[in-house]
Amino acid sequence: MTRMDESLGPSGAAGGSRAWRATLLTLGIFAAVAPAFLLESFQLFQLTMAVIMALAVLGLNIVTGYNGQISLGHGAFFAVGAYVTAILMSHFDWSFWATLPVAALVCAAVGYGVGFPALRLGGLYLALTTFSLAVAVPQILKHKALEDWTGGVQGLFLVKPDPPFGLAVTPDQWMYLSVVAVAALCFWGTWNLVHSRIGRALMAIRDNPTAAQAMGMDISALKTKTFAASAMVTGIAGALSAVAIEFVAPDSFTFGVSITLFVGMVVGGVASILGSLFGGLFVLFVPNIAEAISKAAPGVIYGVILILFLFLLPGGFAGLLRQIAARLTRRRP
Amino acid sequence: MLLEARGLKAGYGQTQVLHGLDFDVAEGGVTALLGANGAGKTTTLRAICGMCRVEGAVSFRGQALPGRATEDIVRLGIAHVPDGRGTFMELSVEENFRLGAYIRRDREVAADFDRLCGWFPRLKQRWKQQAGTLSGGEQQMLAIARALLLRPKLLLLDEPSFGLAPLIVQEIFDIMRRVRDESGVGILLVEQNANLALELADLAYLLETGRIVAHGRAAEIRQDEAIRRSYLGY
Amino acid sequence: MNGLAHQIVAGIATGGIYAAVALAIVMIYQATHHVNFAQGEMATLSTFIAWSMINAGMPYWVAFFATVAVSFAIGVAIERLLMRPVQNAPELTHVGVFIGLLLIIGNATGWIFGYTTKSFPSPFHSDKPLAGGLISAHELGSTVVTLAVLLLVWAFFRFTRLGLAMRAAAYNPRSARLVGIRVGWMLALGWGLAAAIGAVAGMMVAPIVFLDPTMMLGILLYAFAGALLGGIDNPMGAVIGGFVVGVLENLAGAYVVGTELKLTVALAIIIGVLVVRPSGLFGRVVYSRV
Repeated sequence: MTRMDESLGPSGAAGGSRAWRATLLTLGIFAAVAPAFLLESFQLFQLTMAVIMALAVLGLNIVTGYNGQISLGHGAFFAVGAYVTAILMSHFDWSFWATLPVAALVCAAVGYGVGFPALRLGGLYLALTTFSLAVAVPQILKHKALEDWTGGVQGLFLVKPDPPFGLAVTPDQWMYLSVVAVAALCFWGTWNLVHSRIGRALMAIRDNPTAAQAMGMDISALKTKTFAASAMVTGIAGALSAVAIEFVAPDSFTFGVSITLFVGMVVGGVASILGSLFGGLFVLFVPNIAEAISKAAPGVIYGVILILFLFLLPGGFAGLLRQIAARLTRRRP
Repeated sequence: MLLEARGLKAGYGQTQVLHGLDFDVAEGGVTALLGANGAGKTTTLRAICGMCRVEGAVSFRGQALPGRATEDIVRLGIAHVPDGRGTFMELSVEENFRLGAYIRRDREVAADFDRLCGWFPRLKQRWKQQAGTLSGGEQQMLAIARALLLRPKLLLLDEPSFGLAPLIVQEIFDIMRRVRDESGVGILLVEQNANLALELADLAYLLETGRIVAHGRAAEIRQDEAIRRSYLGY
Repeated sequence: MNGLAHQIVAGIATGGIYAAVALAIVMIYQATHHVNFAQGEMATLSTFIAWSMINAGMPYWVAFFATVAVSFAIGVAIERLLMRPVQNAPELTHVGVFIGLLLIIGNATGWIFGYTTKSFPSPFHSDKPLAGGLISAHELGSTVVTLAVLLLVWAFFRFTRLGLAMRAAAYNPRSARLVGIRVGWMLALGWGLAAAIGAVAGMMVAPIVFLDPTMMLGILLYAFAGALLGGIDNPMGAVIGGFVVGVLENLAGAYVVGTELKLTVALAIIIGVLVVRPSGLFGRVVYSRV
């Protein structure tokens, strides 16, 4: 699979003058906010979910894309994040915003705990462990011992927060705007992480672990921390999803969620921040179309698309865009 | 000619190692490839077996080799004892023998086992032992035995003396003389120890950074003081 | 005490299933250094094929052997069509293709055969209780069948020319080519064999857990646990690990956590092995490059 760095920002090749950046930022904010006032309620909900899925894919991309450690169980962290928020909101009447940092921390801790034994050893063991974790999660959530907290098979019901300060927006619009704001913050943070010294170390570990070790990096410690950060981002997405859907139940967090995130990452673009966004849109909208054919269709179509991308477009949508952009800039004298 | 290479170029990925070699191995003859480390000797053997990127012409008994898969080249009757010997460390001596004769369907395999065990009595003693537990010399013997079990017409040997004690080297070269004289197998021998190689060979080629810088009858090369001083260093 | 004995005997019966699937995984792992996450789904598909044949009126054992043969062919075809093109690609591509396969096969079986749970016949019946009710006819029969399969596979690798060539290709593909072994085909045969072994496991477990498209997911988890426990690079170890895990699962289910946390027990075994003895009981640790 071709792995490239995120080098193609508008500010990259085109030379980032301040005015240019400011214009772009304004346009970006406008494009992100506008749908809240333009879309019907259901479409807005779907877009909200797409942004949430994009954030979850971003989390997976941090560890699998940038650090090369394959996780097949990020759905588990999505579930943990969702349940932490749901439990705090429904049992303790916490406000939605207050639950987010707690969900993030819990997910990071769980990620650290799962990653620690497996990441000392190598990629294969992480893939195996996370796969097993993802398969086991619904069963753990349903278990009697946790039923008082998790609501067992029935799950927990939540209510979207009301807009504060008497803002003239509906709860749906407010939810969407909140999700976009949180996601933007996480994307910005990840962009900075990836372009920092640590980010370069992560990619060095992915591309040449022996050399990275020879340079004196503590590889397993860094990998484990990366895994925790990655679990945290996906967990935040899970927390957002619990509120956006206003409901959590064990059967929403089957092994399929992990697979969905994995497919989203490959199709959007491995090791690409922009690609995570495409991945989110893809995993939300493609199954909707495919489900019209049959209950099993989305799975089969997912599988076919996944294999086709791996064979024909290993860089995903983001890689395709990069290729097109590279061709255009080369033609220009 | 058993093997003819004309304008043989080879390399790995972007790196070009051989820049056009011409050489021959006669039917039943021994050709020695000599040269310093990195001259391209090992790559030449790999190129013949299709184990790297190859251009140019190599023909074996009139059949073109480039473009064929390694296993198909082997099946034409070319046995390769690669650097690092290519024995199966996890398997027993017996299993290595059986694998050596893997492509053969004839009934003389058992007889060949006995013949080679006669040549290498040490292997017979280690028959059920894992190849990985053998000494370096025994492993080299096993590698040669494994290659001969193919009943090849051409044997490619990559530095059979590498890392072995002088007495063992002598033993191995005695065997190769026997192979040359008794079985009619052609040998292409890559060797650091030029003196030994030239004693065994009838043709010799001198490689330097992927090109042939001198060639001729082995006996003549041995006599040539200038070549000996500047290339062979003895 | 009879209860405990029964749990152990039942554990050995399911352990045989886990051992077979673990062996299938380890066989492919040894040759390619990849773990086939779709092994369970492939076995489920095989079991559905058997179910269709039996439903069409075919005698059980005819359907059994026909299914093994068809599964073998499917395994070979998957290797040739999907795995061969990516053989030199990075780990992520392999895992991706396995997941793609899992999605396609798993959902296609649901699409074709439906999601309702189906009963699957057992060929083993007994009018009177065996060994004082210690073991059911199916448990005994399926243990015999899985043991026979394991023994056959062992004999194949140990004594036949092809088995030796497959081992050589797995240990050292370069040297294998130099003795004329067609390494690519050996991999394909390995896939075929793994699929066939998985098919037997599927047909033996289906009468107990009932047949549905997700039937093998939990079993795959236990097979992973067994393979890791025994050592992922050691076929014999994986088989022993499978049996041990089967017994552990039954004992834990009966005396410790109940049946509701079966998958979690597998997860706990996996993590436990990685923490305590990552090489497994009989293997070496694999420090892969990623």
